Amino acid sequence: MQDIILELDSVSKSFDGKKILNNFSLGINRNEFITLLGPSGCGKSTTLRIIGGFERPDEGRVLFDGRDITGLSPDKRNVNTVFQKYSLFPHMNVEENIAFGLQLKKKSREYIRDKVRYALKLVNMEGYEKRSPTSLSGGQQQRVAIARAIVNEPQVLLLDEPLGALDLKLRQGMQRELIKIKKEVGITFVYVTHDQEEALTMSDRIIVMNKGIIQQIGSSKSIYDEPQNAFVADFIGESNIIDGIMRRDCLVEIQGAKIPCVDVGFGKDELVDVVIRPEDLVLVEEEEGYLKGMVISTIFKGAYYEIKVRVGEYEWMVQSVNPAPVGTMKGLTILPDNIQIMHKPHSADAEVSKEND
Amino acid sequence: MVEKLKDLMSRCYIALILLFLYIPIFVLIVLSFNNSRSRVVWGGFTLDWYRGLFANAQIREALITTLVLAFASALIATIIGVSGALGIHAMSRRNYRIMMIFTNIPMLNADIVTGIALMLWFIHFIPLGFGSVLLAHITFNIPYVIMSVMPQLQRMNISIYEAARDLGANALYGFFKIMLPQLMGGVLSGFFMAFTMSIDDFVITYFTKGAGVNTLSTMIYGEIRKGIKPEMYALSTLIFLVVLCLLLVVNHVGARNEKKNRKYYLAQESNEREEFTL
Ligand SMILES: Nc1ncnc2c1ncn2[C@@H]1O[C@H](COP(=O)(O)OP(=O)(O)OP(=O)(O)O)[C@@H](O)[C@H]1O
Ligand SMILES: [Mg+2]
Repeated sequence: MQDIILELDSVSKSFDGKKILNNFSLGINRNEFITLLGPSGCGKSTTLRIIGGFERPDEGRVLFDGRDITGLSPDKRNVNTVFQKYSLFPHMNVEENIAFGLQLKKKSREYIRDKVRYALKLVNMEGYEKRSPTSLSGGQQQRVAIARAIVNEPQVLLLDEPLGALDLKLRQGMQRELIKIKKEVGITFVYVTHDQEEALTMSDRIIVMNKGIIQQIGSSKSIYDEPQNAFVADFIGESNIIDGIMRRDCLVEIQGAKIPCVDVGFGKDELVDVVIRPEDLVLVEEEEGYLKGMVISTIFKGAYYEIKVRVGEYEWMVQSVNPAPVGTMKGLTILPDNIQIMHKPHSADAEVSKEND
Repeated sequence: MVEKLKDLMSRCYIALILLFLYIPIFVLIVLSFNNSRSRVVWGGFTLDWYRGLFANAQIREALITTLVLAFASALIATIIGVSGALGIHAMSRRNYRIMMIFTNIPMLNADIVTGIALMLWFIHFIPLGFGSVLLAHITFNIPYVIMSVMPQLQRMNISIYEAARDLGANALYGFFKIMLPQLMGGVLSGFFMAFTMSIDDFVITYFTKGAGVNTLSTMIYGEIRKGIKPEMYALSTLIFLVVLCLLLVVNHVGARNEKKNRKYYLAQESNEREEFTL
């Protein structure tokens, strides 16, 4: 049985006549780490701001523990937010920043002091009580912002690209810490990012969205291995996405070549989208491949070579540990397991994702 | 060659400004200490005119009226102006632009037009007197407050206010505790600017004051029509110095504020580049 703490029920929101969220429904489980993932401008922040109470949806409801909180102002919700950046109060020191929420709740001075100390310990910032936010690094500021939200013991913590302003190395360190903090305090995290790697490493569940519409909900693994449409496949990791025809169960025709796969249940001769990850393609001698083409570029990427092979009009992206000289003819093979077949979009919703490719 | 010419031009410009603007004021100041009623003969140093000034009950009264007026109108205009700036700031981009044009017009409008318009408007509703002058001053002060608060409001990061609401503050508490401290520089410089404009105004006051009420500037005008008295030199000198001081304060507050803001945002930017250390 699922224990839903927060629910968005058919929420729609427009800005200046433009629909940003369209009939958006979502249930968030207690203690879950759920991530909203999608390209810039797809409505992630808007979703979060509706949950936090900073925007009022045009239609639909927000339910918290089954109670309708759609019209409740942010200060009356048992939800706290960590903003992207610059959200610490610059005229207060670290301690005053963290104590802000507790003071409003009229907690005793001892309680506040203990809580602030605990929160600073949690985010690895002991001894910074008296520092001014302006004297902290970006990563430290975000940790204080997390501490400031967590001391209020919200049931749900909203994080809007909290690591967006940090450089890569710092971001990875903070990702690990966030997971640790999440384990320790045991509350629900709703996380927003447009960085797919971040989403894949941290989340229990990922919601991939585009143009205000949910494209797919699932675990990291299912999103990566079994994208449900071309948009998700394209957005999550690099993929070759190409038209194919299902000749019969377990046999797909791509660029004239009949290739065995494991997918069943498609109509005979149905047009489909075929997704193949670059790391699943194998370069072989020309005559051994299902497909044959010329190598048009080889780039060393550190751990592997990224090789482009042109077959007909299409350029296949291949990752290989061995380089292939530009200009040579090569064959491409693939294991049946690694071919992902998807229905062509026909509904209006799915069509949206296509336009965006 | 061009450089030299430029240099020469800028020197000429400064000389002209000094000649036409500051030398007359300098002469006025000198005359206010002149122990002679003549405007051309130096009769030695005296503070008599200043003494006469403070002994004169009419002048004292005008001074008090001026200060009360300046303070009250600046205060009320600041409250209205800050609220207005917040409202305009929250508007859609199109309405924002329209409102800012409406805010700008009264500042550029000729004083005499504003003065006569306000007078015609007021005489339908209230007797001309201190009340009408106060209303007029509040009216022309509001745009100055909005103009000095708005840039700061724009630079301010709204998410600190949202963070306060998020942590349980209601709208008023969030404004006074979080937003106002950030805007204080703009609010103060707006207040002093309004104060200065109020002291400085003659035309609008003249048209809206009715009989019986006098500020320093309208009183000087009245006196001078009767004949020029050296006390008026002393009074003008004092007004000049007060306004000068106020302007210096406004500039100082503005500059300090600018520096503080710049420092904060520079710090923010450099922070983002900093390395991760545990
Ligand atoms: N207050 C607002 N007024 C007008 N338009 C808005 C407002 N807030 C958001 N939008 C628009 O709504 C769209 C979605 O914005 P949103 O901030 O939700 O995107 P996002 O998914 O968070 O993107 P990003 O990754 O860039 O943060 C954008 O096109 C944005 O311009
Ligand atoms: Mg966003």
